[in-house]
Amino acid sequence: MAGSTITSYGPAASEVFPEPRRRAWRALIEPYLYLSPALILIGLVMFVPLLLGLSFAYRNIHLLNPFSGGFVGLDHFSAIMGDKRFWRALINTGWWTGASLVLQFSLGLGLAMLLNRPFRGKRFVQAIIFLPWAVPIFLSGLTWAWLFNPVIGPLPHWLAALGVMSEPYNILSNPSVAMWGPIIANVWFGIPFFAITMLAALQSVPYELHEAAAIDGASAWQRFVKVTLPFIAPVIAITVLLRTIWISNFADLIIVMTGGGPADSTQIVASYIFTTAYRRLDFGYASAISTALLVLLMLYSLIVLQLRRRLAGKV
Amino acid sequence: MITVGQSKARRLALHAGHTAGLAVFMVFAMFPLFWLVKISLTPNNLLYSEGITLWPSSITWDNYQFALLGSRFPRFFLNSVVVSLSSAAIVTLVAAAGGYAFSRFRFAGKVPIMFVMLLTQMVPLVMLIAPIFKIMSPLGLTNSLTGLIIVYTAFNVPFATFLMQSFFDGIPRELEDAAMIDGCTRLTALRRVIFPLTLPGMGATLGFVFTAAWSELLFALMLINSDDKMTFPVGMLTFVTKFSVDFGQMMAAGVLALIPACIFFAFIQRYLIQGLTAGAVKG
Repeated sequence: MAGSTITSYGPAASEVFPEPRRRAWRALIEPYLYLSPALILIGLVMFVPLLLGLSFAYRNIHLLNPFSGGFVGLDHFSAIMGDKRFWRALINTGWWTGASLVLQFSLGLGLAMLLNRPFRGKRFVQAIIFLPWAVPIFLSGLTWAWLFNPVIGPLPHWLAALGVMSEPYNILSNPSVAMWGPIIANVWFGIPFFAITMLAALQSVPYELHEAAAIDGASAWQRFVKVTLPFIAPVIAITVLLRTIWISNFADLIIVMTGGGPADSTQIVASYIFTTAYRRLDFGYASAISTALLVLLMLYSLIVLQLRRRLAGKV
Repeated sequence: MITVGQSKARRLALHAGHTAGLAVFMVFAMFPLFWLVKISLTPNNLLYSEGITLWPSSITWDNYQFALLGSRFPRFFLNSVVVSLSSAAIVTLVAAAGGYAFSRFRFAGKVPIMFVMLLTQMVPLVMLIAPIFKIMSPLGLTNSLTGLIIVYTAFNVPFATFLMQSFFDGIPRELEDAAMIDGCTRLTALRRVIFPLTLPGMGATLGFVFTAAWSELLFALMLINSDDKMTFPVGMLTFVTKFSVDFGQMMAAGVLALIPACIFFAFIQRYLIQGLTAGAVKG
């Protein structure tokens, strides 16, 4: 279907138009013409910087030092190997991504199931529940940071009243629990995304399947596990895998709420890259960490693709 | 809803559970925003004594008056509007052209180009901050709204192109074929027939890009350093770092930042499902 313009116009055009060759050539370049602004923008603003950034990793580039710029070979990478902050950030990235993902996904799926049935005022309820997704991320971060602040926020007082805390204090300033602050903000912000994708998936489950299972005497729980889950499993898999990459690189909330502190306890690799470039102005080292992150992400994707192939082979 | 073999009491219990579940999600979603508004309306002298009560015993508009008249926030707001609207408008045009090519043509480079565009959604954008600064600095594009517009436009084009493609896919191609057989050129057919039908799609794309550009923080932090060029997120973060005790004023500014986001959210709500499934990688 998509190509019928070109294929079907070919012979007809040669009869009607005197210059068939010119016309065919035009038809050939036409799609590229429409795509060219997009491709030029992406090329100049994403791929050129990407390649340049990869080259920075082997150079000493310090913004405030006019004599920097020299080639340093693999020095940055050997520095990374011994950089405790980097390894700490890597562990934190796993922790941050895992906890955010599990909570966002389970709550998002639960919400999608609540929304996947008709009820009165559904449009209004959806608008309210999806609102966090539209709140500017820096504002979400600031708002949650304030909620955790015992001076003006209620959360520490409630946690103290529940006995979780001995006295109201700001969890963002306690290294052993600070990561929970950005994670909770991230869950708040990310539930709508999962709810929407899972809702779309749930709505694709044929009603007849459910009906047949119900008539055969399956309970609601059995129907969920035996009918719904297998049906939406592929969508779940792809969403979770893509989202893992996205969350692991998502530094905005951490930068706003804790700046990676206290004592690097909330620093993830992405926020470490930002801090190295923005605060220390060490572009060379920041680019070396970026290269390491890119390699790790590629490894992750390869493993995922391999797993997918193996799973597909079994079915 | 399947009701085979369910007693009336059981259905009532299910209904109650359903409503309660939704209520919990609604409270969770709204509570932080409610708190933002609440603190912004609390008078300074009550802030510490009534900081954690659900509603202050008296309210004040002083914080809003400060944010609107006594601060740089209107300037930041204006900068953000300029940057977000320009990026959204340019992206929508560029993405409409690209999405049209993906939707209506089959060509040799299509699959590789789509693959590359998907790939850009995987690249951690934070790693582009240093090289983009290094490229833009000699061109005079750092500390400039134009530079920000260029960056935001490029970052949002891939997702928006897929979104526009999904909208074009929903418009039957026979419509423009008919117009072209009637003697229109492709461009006339596009303008007269297809363009009016794509308006809702373009509106949605505009909304998505506006929202994304409105909240972008990290590139704006790196690229902008003077007060009069700051976008709202940068201006607000600077303010928070400098005057971290003026909670009421900070939150009044926060509520201001929320307003355009809410307007555009209302605008794009209908397209959320289509948009998010078109580019499932995008936040």
